[in-house]
Amino acid sequence: MTLFDTIKEQLGCMIKDTKLHNEKRIYITVDKQDIKECADIIFHRLDGRYIIASAIDNCGSFEILYHFGFDRYGAVVSLRVFLEREKPEISSLTDIIPGIVYIEREIWELFGISFTGHPGLKHFLLRDDWPEEKYPLRKNITTGGDICE
Amino acid sequence: MNNKKKVVVPIGPYHPLLEEPEFFALYCEGEKVVDLEWQAGYNHRAIEKLSEGKHWDQVTFLVERICGICSTSHPFAYCNAVEDLLGISIPEKARYIRCIIAEMERIHSHLLWTGLAGHFLGYNTLFMWAWKYRESILDMFEMITGNRNHYAMFKIGGVRRDIEDEDIPVLRKVLQDIKGKVDMLTHAVLDDPVLAARLKGVGVLTKEHIKNFGAVGPVARASGVDMDIRRDDPYAAYSMMDWKVSKTENGDVFDKAVVRLLECMESIKIIEYSLKAIEGSKAEIATEVREIPPGEGIGHHEAPRGECFHYVRSDGSNRPVRHKIKAPSYTNIPTFKASCVGQMIADVAIILAGVDPCYCCTERLAVYDAGNKKKQMYGFSELVEMSRRKTQQIKQQF
Repeated sequence: MTLFDTIKEQLGCMIKDTKLHNEKRIYITVDKQDIKECADIIFHRLDGRYIIASAIDNCGSFEILYHFGFDRYGAVVSLRVFLEREKPEISSLTDIIPGIVYIEREIWELFGISFTGHPGLKHFLLRDDWPEEKYPLRKNITTGGDICE
Repeated sequence: MNNKKKVVVPIGPYHPLLEEPEFFALYCEGEKVVDLEWQAGYNHRAIEKLSEGKHWDQVTFLVERICGICSTSHPFAYCNAVEDLLGISIPEKARYIRCIIAEMERIHSHLLWTGLAGHFLGYNTLFMWAWKYRESILDMFEMITGNRNHYAMFKIGGVRRDIEDEDIPVLRKVLQDIKGKVDMLTHAVLDDPVLAARLKGVGVLTKEHIKNFGAVGPVARASGVDMDIRRDDPYAAYSMMDWKVSKTENGDVFDKAVVRLLECMESIKIIEYSLKAIEGSKAEIATEVREIPPGEGIGHHEAPRGECFHYVRSDGSNRPVRHKIKAPSYTNIPTFKASCVGQMIADVAIILAGVDPCYCCTERLAVYDAGNKKKQMYGFSELVEMSRRKTQQIKQQF
């Protein structure tokens, strides 16, 4: 049984879409309300190694990819979640993966995506008095820091 | 609790010996660390944002600037990511050259760490020797690439420069010398009873800690976690030769040192094999890449400090729309929460150094007594002094 089949079997109907870039790069789209359960299965039951999470501003929506390594297959499995543009919010995975605490803080301050249940959502890379509503990695902020439409 | 002094020991944000500014608050009861907090961002350069404004080829050079020690790690992971997006494979000779550069870098990075660790413990001879041997590797880099650091050897689809045939015997000779020196250092570390007493059982990380924090590289391998991206998800020429992953079981600072020194020996083996493979070859060193189609790609590389991970997304234009970079220290540094807690302040210098973090620690260290609002400042030299005093005490017992 391949890793892709195992994951499909374990996540079942929580999978909304899949993309097999090649046998070592697997992307799985899930709903944001299922992310905790999916991450729990991948991290604990299937023993995936937490690598990192990356957020992307698609202009119309936000996207978060949670990357997990499966070293015995040499594969990277990425759980993809889409979030709405207005008030983007998702459950924090800190109670499942303790190490994810810093990247969630980083995504919160750089993209303005809120993580519910995070133990301390405060500035990590930016200074404490960083202006609100100015999220540097959003596409409407230039490299100079100006807001454009 | 009342009669115990609970103090906050701030470390950071600046430190002359380590590379980047970071801040740690150690919460202590007496000399014992009970909790730790990490704050980053003192020198945030927004490379991910800058990358969105550069074209694909420029990004290779931009990411090389992330780290001044393991400067090839990021271009390596980035090129792997873009090549994953493209679905191309690169010429065989380029694969070997990439391995040579990456492994030479691993040797000099590990020797740098060995020297620093020696310095923290009061073994300045070790510091001088390790850095002296490292120097010959930097000279080799200058000979091959033109630069002692920031070699600019990588490009999407292959490498930018060939290794000249007349340079190969010189490189072989230097490697032969280094092999003897690293072997000597390894035995010196393994056989020294003082180092064993000073480092064994200090800053222990279990397999569970490694999993929870997502720690990688020598830190994970020292705790018995059998992972190495070079073997698990082979890229470049790593699957085309025989080498083994170095691993130990105890997870303390001693084991981390041993893993790094053993890795240097494996790196020498990889370079020697690669040199044999490319010697006399006039083959191509790069595949031409003209356009990057829409799509996404993931690339990772086993840097000296662990897995370096890059994610890129293209919309078909000449610039990435998103480029996520994860350096190994991002998940290695949070392990301090497990390794420092319960340890003495005198051990913290070597535990913090033990994961070879890519951060800059502190010029000074302040001990703030929360109980009676007294503030005491420790210079970095005093922190190192505390560490050395402990080594001295152990020496006297032998």
